[in-house]
Amino acid sequence: MTVAPFARRWVSVIPRIPGSLILFWLLLALLGPVLAPFAPGEVVSRTVFAPISAHHLLGTDYLGRDVLSRLLCGTGSTVLLCAATTVLACTGGVFLGIIAALKQGLTDTLLSRFMDGVISIPSLLSALVAVAAFGSSVPVLVLAMSLIYMPGSYRTCRMLALSIVRRDFVLAAQMRGEKSGYIVLREVLPNMTGPVMADVGLRFIYAVRLLSNLSFLGVGLQPPLTDLGSLTRENLLGLVYGAPAVIAPALTIAVLTVGLNLALDSYKGKAG
Amino acid sequence: MARHGIMQPPPLISVQNLQLTGRRGRGLETPIVDGVSFDVAEKEMLALIGESGSGKTSVALALMGYARRGCRIAGGKIRVAGYDVTEMPPAELRSFRGKTIAYIAQNAGAAFNPALPLMDQVIEPALLHHVMPRQVAIERAIFLFELMALPSPGTIGARYSHELSGGQLQRLMAAMALITGPEVVIFDEPTTALDVTTQIEVLEAFRTVRREEGFTGVYVTHDLAVVAQMADRAVVLKNGVVQEEGTTEQILSAPRHAYTQALLAANTPQVRNAPTQATDSGTVVPVLDVRDLVVGYGGTGPDGRPRHTILSDVSLPVMPGETMGIIGESGCGKSTLIRAIAGIQPWTSGGITFEGEALAPRIEARSAAQRRHLQLVAQNADLVLNPAMSVGDTLRRVLTFNGDAANGAEIGRLLDMVRLPSALADRFPPELSGGQKQRVNLARALAARPRLVLCDEITAALDTVVAAAILDLMMELKRELGIAWLFVTHDLHALRSVCDRVAVLYAGHRVEFTPISALEEAPHHPYTRRLENSVPEMRADWLTDVISLRDQGSEPVPALSSSRGAGCCYAARCPVRIAICEVATPPVWRSPAGALISCHLTSQDLS
Ligand SMILES: Nc1ncnc2c1ncn2[C@@H]1O[C@H](COP(=O)(O)OP(=O)(O)OP(=O)(O)O)[C@@H](O)[C@H]1O
Ligand code: SF4
Ligand SMILES: [Mg+2]
Repeated sequence: MTVAPFARRWVSVIPRIPGSLILFWLLLALLGPVLAPFAPGEVVSRTVFAPISAHHLLGTDYLGRDVLSRLLCGTGSTVLLCAATTVLACTGGVFLGIIAALKQGLTDTLLSRFMDGVISIPSLLSALVAVAAFGSSVPVLVLAMSLIYMPGSYRTCRMLALSIVRRDFVLAAQMRGEKSGYIVLREVLPNMTGPVMADVGLRFIYAVRLLSNLSFLGVGLQPPLTDLGSLTRENLLGLVYGAPAVIAPALTIAVLTVGLNLALDSYKGKAG
Repeated sequence: MARHGIMQPPPLISVQNLQLTGRRGRGLETPIVDGVSFDVAEKEMLALIGESGSGKTSVALALMGYARRGCRIAGGKIRVAGYDVTEMPPAELRSFRGKTIAYIAQNAGAAFNPALPLMDQVIEPALLHHVMPRQVAIERAIFLFELMALPSPGTIGARYSHELSGGQLQRLMAAMALITGPEVVIFDEPTTALDVTTQIEVLEAFRTVRREEGFTGVYVTHDLAVVAQMADRAVVLKNGVVQEEGTTEQILSAPRHAYTQALLAANTPQVRNAPTQATDSGTVVPVLDVRDLVVGYGGTGPDGRPRHTILSDVSLPVMPGETMGIIGESGCGKSTLIRAIAGIQPWTSGGITFEGEALAPRIEARSAAQRRHLQLVAQNADLVLNPAMSVGDTLRRVLTFNGDAANGAEIGRLLDMVRLPSALADRFPPELSGGQKQRVNLARALAARPRLVLCDEITAALDTVVAAAILDLMMELKRELGIAWLFVTHDLHALRSVCDRVAVLYAGHRVEFTPISALEEAPHHPYTRRLENSVPEMRADWLTDVISLRDQGSEPVPALSSSRGAGCCYAARCPVRIAICEVATPPVWRSPAGALISCHLTSQDLS
């Protein structure tokens, strides 16, 4: 009796999240290096920018390395890095946003001013500053990008929560003496899952774009690590030959972001 | 009857064998309305009567060719002013809705955009359907405002929706509906959300405008007294089937069908309460004692009083097991008082004790026992329950929070207490009806085992039959559990049937405090009398009488010299006021029947 409603809720929610799509990208990210037919750093062909062939399914890059193998590894870093960023940014943003709406007054003012401060600096600029100051290691990139994208999530969630915290059921919980954590997680959050999911999708895409931009500028992930952005950059010359080496990673970025966004947008929470 | 005679013109509205079906979620289609047929002659007003869920709004919407989400018109014929509504293509339907038929909904406040001046919104239908140029539309709007007795008709259009009261907005919405001069107007419970004094103004406005404009009308309501004032004929619906049809007079005086008789009974006041012998003799400690409470906003002025006062020196003792009623029109401060007691509205001076101990103004500073024993049941059942939490989980949380056993049996017992099947525990609030939500709301309060429950207009949004059931339930719980209730309402019928004592609030002042037994006996405060006279009665000429009485009474009242100050709070509207009323605070005296009245006039004057 106590477990049944809980179980029922989760079972009914999971297929509605575009779970299959997220699962696909996560699996690809984790298994990519295993699936890769060649070692990503190994020069395997004497032709550079080779076209699609049976041996190299996506041709070769500017040094003659197998593009498919490098793409599989690069996708992994992009997806995992950006997923970590999104989780951190949105967890912070959602929680702080709802707290601000709930507490109002000084808490709200302080949090909002801080977030406004962060958001007023262009994201690329603050990322460059962070990298310049702390180097471009994976933890620095993830933390910097989380901090950059937290305010956006915070703003959205604060706005969403403002209309919910005024409803009487939140008042009832407060009058009962419930702790803030309970009110945020059980009373407010479940009533904004739909829009929050869409927002999470958006943050992920921003993160992919920023990471790709950083790598494109050469300050993102450093070799031997690769990501979709650095793959595009290093093969830019191939554009002249229409080589798959440059088209494939660019296309992957597009498919990843657009697909996920469409899927998350279609997710509707209970509150609609 | 005569309208079937040979010389009779064809009816303007004709509905034949209408079938509406709807589905919930992915469920099967179920009939909402099944084989409804009726005619409305030109310039006639037909009332559609029924409780909530009887399908009256669905039928009214179908007249405009509209079906709510998940519903559809499955069969039958609807002809309105020569149009075949069921066969019309969408484009034609749109212009039909703008020009030929208009709709006035229950909650005008929600229908207006708060960011636009009202005039723009009122004339929008005329501009949208190219019925008339802007200037003509504005003139017509002002004409309609005047007709409906809106204050300063020439300039009211420049104001915004939040600056007007509910009754004024309702009339503006009627003006918006009538701007294109439609042949048919549908009124969907247009006064249900208003208090009785405001309702009179709005009903009178509708009647005047109908006399002038001469449209054909369909009036959807559950209030038979309103039907008596407004409609020529009536159709009674239940579960989507016509129960009875006839002239208003015949339906109200000699209802044939059992259901109509039940409706009539629910509309007639009845005493549900066995009055408790509560007195403030001093031997019993009141469960709640409000002393000289002052609530305001805008900071405190130099005299220690708030700049804008909402409640002035309100005192209210509530005895254990007693039902205390608070009545007053919208905006008089009823909810503010409840919120102050509940600990979510700070006060400037005065104090509140609960079971002999002082209550802290802020809920956070109150003890767990105080929080638990003083429960609030709020007005709007839609906002009160978390839509993402099942009924069972909602109740379970209250139980575990208070350290009580929270098993299925206990939840079943709570649901049973409010007469709900325990199977409802797995449902979510959006899947419940209004009455069911209000019961769950009540069950949540009961789960904390309260001593006093604050009820803010808990029956306002419910129709008579469901509201009557909730009131019955309240009284049963009072008998079984000895709970004291503080019952806020603007419905005098409800008040009479459940309360032991009544406080009448006007503009934040307690103008009268009376045991229910004294409510029937003169003398009373002039405002209490006005409230009593405003309760609609079943006789058809009631509205005419009240209006003529009001117009008579209003003549000798001269304009107030000072708008604010020491005098009586009711002076501006009081029909019997004397010179001193404007300058001196009225004294409080006790009538022979036991009512505390604050007025300069004496018992003899007011009798
Ligand atoms: N913070 C505030 N600022 C300005 N006015 C306020 C504030 N709080 C309440 N009021 C005003 O105080 C008055 C009393 O409000 P309250 O909600 O108590 O009325 P009510 O009697 O419950 O009315 P209703 O029957 O419509 O629910 C209203 O005129 C309201 O506009
Ligand atoms: S004190 Fe004067 S104005 Fe006030 S209610 Fe009495 S008679 Fe009317
Ligand atoms: Mg109120």
